[in-house]
Amino acid sequence: MAENRTTGFPNVDATVLGADEIILNMGPQHPSTHGVLRVKLRLDGERITGSECIIGYLHRGVEKIAEHRSYQQFAPYVDRMDYVAAVSNGLGYCEAIEKLLAVEAPPRARVVRTILTELQRIASHLVWLGTHALDIGALTPLFYCFREREEILKIYEKYCGARLTTHAFRIGGLQYETYDGFEQEVKRFCDDFDRRIDEYEALLTTNRIWLERTKGIGILTAEEAIDFGATGPILRASGVKWDIRKALPYAAYDQYDFEIPTGKTGDTYDRYLVRVEEMRQSRRICLQAIENIPTGPIMAKVGKVLKPAPGEVYHSIEAPKGELGYYVVSDGTIQPYRVRVRPPSFINLCAFDKMVRGHLVADVVAIIGTLDIVLGEVDR
Amino acid sequence: MADEPSEKQPEKQPDKPAETKPSAAPASEAAPARPAPPAAAAKPAAPPPKKEDPFKPVALDNDLVKRLKECFGDAVCEAWLDRKQAIVVVAAEKLAEIARHCRDEEKFNLLTDLTAVDWPKREKRFDIILNLYSFAKNERLRLKAHAAGGEKVPSVTEVWSTANWLERECYDMFGIVFDGHPDLRRILLPEEWQGHPLRKDYDILQQDTAWVKENLGIESGQ
Repeated sequence: MAENRTTGFPNVDATVLGADEIILNMGPQHPSTHGVLRVKLRLDGERITGSECIIGYLHRGVEKIAEHRSYQQFAPYVDRMDYVAAVSNGLGYCEAIEKLLAVEAPPRARVVRTILTELQRIASHLVWLGTHALDIGALTPLFYCFREREEILKIYEKYCGARLTTHAFRIGGLQYETYDGFEQEVKRFCDDFDRRIDEYEALLTTNRIWLERTKGIGILTAEEAIDFGATGPILRASGVKWDIRKALPYAAYDQYDFEIPTGKTGDTYDRYLVRVEEMRQSRRICLQAIENIPTGPIMAKVGKVLKPAPGEVYHSIEAPKGELGYYVVSDGTIQPYRVRVRPPSFINLCAFDKMVRGHLVADVVAIIGTLDIVLGEVDR
Repeated sequence: MADEPSEKQPEKQPDKPAETKPSAAPASEAAPARPAPPAAAAKPAAPPPKKEDPFKPVALDNDLVKRLKECFGDAVCEAWLDRKQAIVVVAAEKLAEIARHCRDEEKFNLLTDLTAVDWPKREKRFDIILNLYSFAKNERLRLKAHAAGGEKVPSVTEVWSTANWLERECYDMFGIVFDGHPDLRRILLPEEWQGHPLRKDYDILQQDTAWVKENLGIESGQ
């Protein structure tokens, strides 16, 4: 091979490849990149010596669109960012605008929101678990996970008519009352689900291949995780016990008991354990919440035309992927002056290069999976 | 239960702004007049009546701001609370220094977000926004710096690694140049793209027609 081949990495110190080094392109059309993520890998044999993520293939200019829609009109758009956790996106947006308007959703709405959002966390983690295991070579969990996820999607469909991009919440509360038998269906799902998680764990937790492929892979220490702005399960797996549901409670989370699982080493296996435990905790929250859903109105008194007083607000929630924040600036008109979305997937992906260096090509697949990114949210 | 939604839908939650006048909380001018009715109606879970104007920014002069002013003097320009959230405006040229101080001395160790807002009519059109969080204090702090178009803003990539991508996005969307950034390139848009879409003077239908034509082979990207 000719010398002086350039690396194609303007940001990597050496711009010239070593004699044994090659550049490998992964994606954007690759089943293991979970969407249109493109990764350029610099390899020394099978080992990764550098990497670069190329993103933006799914950029739709969501933040620009927001500036040209009214506050209510923009609400359905947020569902299209993290489309496997649309309910969480909607909750964050609605609560941010409520904060901007200084209104509060009624207690009944807050509890129903909590239930639906926790179900969404389970559904999102199930997609993650199924695809992550599939990427690593375990085919069975995918079918199990999607079977249970289907139950959750059915609940959504009955509640608001949509399965994925639900637009379940409105600014000020809820549009729809819960349907007859809602509590029973959530309860039936939760009662059943504990046993289901045991099934996934039986397949993976002590599986030797799974351990070999995940232990010690993509380690992120607590300091590194904070430095890279990682939040959610990734931060917790690195040993930082921080969850916005506890630290800065929103919706109705202050009323329920649940634990924040944390890991020790911050490797792929710890992130797996943390997310599995989070599903159990979400189930606990749902069970507590359906015991006692307050009665009363489901909408706060908000106008038909929303004109928040000039000012700005930042509100964030613990989405399945991490901290999902909305920074909204109002200039007193019916359209937001600026909506900034703090996307957990985008910021968690920043640590990718740090995590893959020194690992093998096959581990890249495990690391992309463990980051649990959704490209709709990375690119917005 | 089944009847309730149909009763409530049309009147309470339109998806499009109707021609009705804004009521209750949203309009600030209406706010002082409104508080009484919701309280009198005694709806079980109506929003708490607002006694004072919740939207009025309150000047902030707590210990944190005092300490910052002691260290940086005039570089800490203003501080206020907007909807109970702390905002501190600092001089753009000292941004990185103050950010580092906030991380090391004030324990705001997580850079939650970095973004910008464009106010084209202002002399310094950009607001650079740094959203910080402190695990130790469980508090948020928003640092804000004003920058004119073309003005270089010190990069905080040395302070937080996550700023690398966030500043790239800011550059991509607003054209703000961060001084000291190791790799300031576009991140979401193609590298050859012309223009910065989140600027207010960039129309929502505008695009880099030449790029679209050359790379996608179509007349319009819409």
